[in-house]
Amino acid sequence: MKNQTKAKINKGFYSSLKISSYICCGIALTALVGVILFVMIRGTGHISLQLLFGDPKDGDTILPAFLGTLRLVAVSILLAVPLGIFTAVFLVEYMRGKGKLVRLIRLTVETLAAIPSIVYGLFGYLVFVVALSWGYSMWGGGITLAVMILPTIVRSTEESLLSVPDSYREGALALGASKVRTIFKVTLPSASSGIVTSVVLAVGRVVSESAVLILTVGMVVNKIPAALTEPGTSLALDIYYFANFGKPDEAAATAVVLLLFVLALNLLAALCGKLIRKKYGDNA
Amino acid sequence: MSIRVKYETELNSVYNKLIAMCRSVETAIERSIDSLITRNDDLAKEVIRDDKRIDGIEHEIEQDCLKILLLEHPVASDFREVSATLKMITDLERIADQAADISELALQFGDERFIKEPTHIKEMAKLAALMVKDSVLSLINKDRELARALDDRDDRVDALFGVIKSDLVALIQKDKNNVDQAILFMMIAKYLERISDHAVNIGEWVEYAITGSHKVG
Amino acid sequence: MKEFDTELGISVTGCNLWYGELQALKNIDMEIAEREITAFIGPSGCGKSTFLKTLNRMNDLVENCRIEGRFIIGGVDIYAKDTDVNLLRKNVGMVFQKPNPFPMSVYDNIAFAPRTFGIKKRSELDEIVEKSLRRASIWDDLKDRLKKSALGLSGGQQQRLCIARALAAEPKILLMDEPTSALDPISTGKIEDLMSELKTELTIVIVTHNMQQATRIADKTAFFYLGELIEYAETETLFTTPKDRRTENYITGRFG
Repeated sequence: MKNQTKAKINKGFYSSLKISSYICCGIALTALVGVILFVMIRGTGHISLQLLFGDPKDGDTILPAFLGTLRLVAVSILLAVPLGIFTAVFLVEYMRGKGKLVRLIRLTVETLAAIPSIVYGLFGYLVFVVALSWGYSMWGGGITLAVMILPTIVRSTEESLLSVPDSYREGALALGASKVRTIFKVTLPSASSGIVTSVVLAVGRVVSESAVLILTVGMVVNKIPAALTEPGTSLALDIYYFANFGKPDEAAATAVVLLLFVLALNLLAALCGKLIRKKYGDNA
Repeated sequence: MSIRVKYETELNSVYNKLIAMCRSVETAIERSIDSLITRNDDLAKEVIRDDKRIDGIEHEIEQDCLKILLLEHPVASDFREVSATLKMITDLERIADQAADISELALQFGDERFIKEPTHIKEMAKLAALMVKDSVLSLINKDRELARALDDRDDRVDALFGVIKSDLVALIQKDKNNVDQAILFMMIAKYLERISDHAVNIGEWVEYAITGSHKVG
Repeated sequence: MKEFDTELGISVTGCNLWYGELQALKNIDMEIAEREITAFIGPSGCGKSTFLKTLNRMNDLVENCRIEGRFIIGGVDIYAKDTDVNLLRKNVGMVFQKPNPFPMSVYDNIAFAPRTFGIKKRSELDEIVEKSLRRASIWDDLKDRLKKSALGLSGGQQQRLCIARALAAEPKILLMDEPTSALDPISTGKIEDLMSELKTELTIVIVTHNMQQATRIADKTAFFYLGELIEYAETETLFTTPKDRRTENYITGRFG
C-alpha cells in the first residue's frame, strides 16, 4: 500500500519533470526562432541590389565585406586546418595521447580555446599592426583568426582521432602498412567526418568574428581591397559599422545575408558529412 | 575443486551404476556355477531372471554415457572413462548373458548323474569368476597392473579349456551315451572361456581409461 | 635482410616477455609445423594471445613491452635489427577477434595490402580482389557489393572479408586471435571449414577459448597457463591423454 502511494508520488514527480522539460524546450525554441524571425523580418525588406553587388562609389554595399569574409575564411582555414590536423596527429598517433608534452600542449590548447576573442585581437594588433608594422591588413586578420580557431581544430581533430577504434590501426599495421600509411589511408579518413564538422564550426566562428577584425583588419567599408596586405572588412564588421553609424536598416539586411551565409555553410557541412559517410560506411 | 557440479554428479552416478552392474555380473557367474554343481534349479532360474535386470542396467548406463558425450563433451580422463564405460558394459552384459546360458544348460542336466565330476569346469569357473572380479577391482582401484595381468590369466583358462575338451573326447570315445552330457559340458566350458575373454577386454578398457592407450587384441 | 622462405615453419626458443615489471611469457620453446593448424588454448590472461602477437611483432605496439628469445620464421630471425617489420607482417598475416574491416568499400579493403606493397594497376588489383575473396569463400556473397561499404556486412561476412583482406597480402602464415568468438555458430562453421581448406597452402595458428573448436580443426594444440607453455601435443593426444595435471584440469573444466 505504502509502495503504491510512493509509486503514485513518483509518477506525479516524473510527469511534472516531463512537462517542465517541454516548457523549457518551448521557451528556448521561441527565443531562437524569435531571433531568426526578427532579423529576417527586420532585414529582408532592405536588401537591395545596390547593397549586395553595388559599386562602392554609388553608396553603401556589402560586396567588399562579402569578399573580405571569403578571403579571411580562406586564409585562416588554409593555415589553421593543416596545422591543426598535423598537431592532432602528432599528439594522438605519435605521442599516444600521453606524456608531459601532450599534457602541456593540451592545457595550452584548452586555455587558448577559452580566451575571449578580443584578446586574440589585441595579440594580432600588437604583433602584425604594431610590431611588424603591416598596418591593418587582411593577412594580419587571417593569421590572427587562424591562431584563434587552431585550438578548436586541434582539440576536435584529436577527439575524432581518439574515437577511431584501435582495431583499424591494428588491422592496417598487421597487413604490413607503415605507420604513416596507416594514418593517412585508414585513421584520418575514418576520422574525416568529425574533422569536417570541426572545420565547418571553425568557419562559422571566422565568419561571425568581429572583435579580432576591428583590431587587425581595420574597418574599411565600401572599398574592395586590392591585395591581402591591405585593410578591409567583413560581413560581421559591416553590421557593426552600419549599426554604429546610424544605418540600422542596412545593418539588419547585412545580418540577413550573414545568416543565410551561415545556413548555407551548415548545409554544406551536412552534405559533406553525408558524402563521407557514403564513401566510408556507416559509422565513420 | 570442480566448477562443474552437475557434470561431476552425472559422472559419479554413471560410475556408481557401473560398479553396481559389475557386482551383479560377478554374482551371476558364481550363482550359475553353483546352480550347476549343486544341481539347484531354483538358483539357475534366478540367474536367468537376473540377466534381464542386468540388460536393463546396461541400457540405462549406455543412455547416461551417450547423454554425457552429447551434452558435456567430456575430454581427457573424463572422456576415457565414459568411452571405456560404454565398451565395458557391453562386455559385462555379454558375461551376464553367458552366465544365464550356463544356468539354462545346468537345467538341461535334469536329474541325470554327471558322467564325470566337473572338477576342471569348477576350477575354470573359479578362475573366470575371479578374473571378472579382478577386472572390476582394477577399475575401482585404477590398478593398471591388475588389469594388465588378466591377459596372462586368460591363458590358464584357455589351457583348462583344452584339457576339458580332450577329457570329453576321451569320454565320448569310451561310451557313445556320454555324448549328450559331453556336449553340454563342452558348451559350458566354451562359455566360461568366453567369460574370461570378456574379463580381459574389460581389463584392456580399464587400462585405456587409466593410460589412454588401448591394446588391440 | 634475408628473404622469407616459401616454406614457413615457426621456431621459438627461450621466449620471455614482460609488460613493464609483469612477466607475461616465461621461457617458451615451441616449434610450429608448416601447413598445419596449431591451436593455443588456456584461461584468459595465460599469455596465449600475447605469444601469438609476438609472431608478427604486433607486441611492438604495446608500451613497455620487453621481449627476449629467438624467433625464427621461414629462416629469418624476426627480431633481428635489419628485419623489415612491414615485410614480416605481410608474410605473417593476422585476423582479429572482432571483425575489423576498414570503413571503406569491400574492394578497397581487400586492395589495401596489395596497394601498400606497390600494386597500382587496376586489372592486377581486380584479379587479386577476386582471388582473395574466392579463397575466403565469400566471392559469391560479395561480388555484387564490391563498391559497397564493408561496414554494412554481417559479422560473419565481415570476418571472412578480414580473412580475404589478410590473404590478399599473400601471407605464408595466418595468425588468428579468437576469430569466431564474436560470431554465430553458422558463421563459425564456415570459418572453420575455410581454415581447413587454407591449411593446404598456409600455416595457421589460432587462439581459441572454444575447446571444441580446437578439437575440430587443430592438428596440434598448445596449452598455456600463467605465461608458461604447459603442454603441446597432437590435438587428439592432448584432449584424450593430457600429460600434465593442469592441462587435464583446464580442459575438463575443473580448475585448481
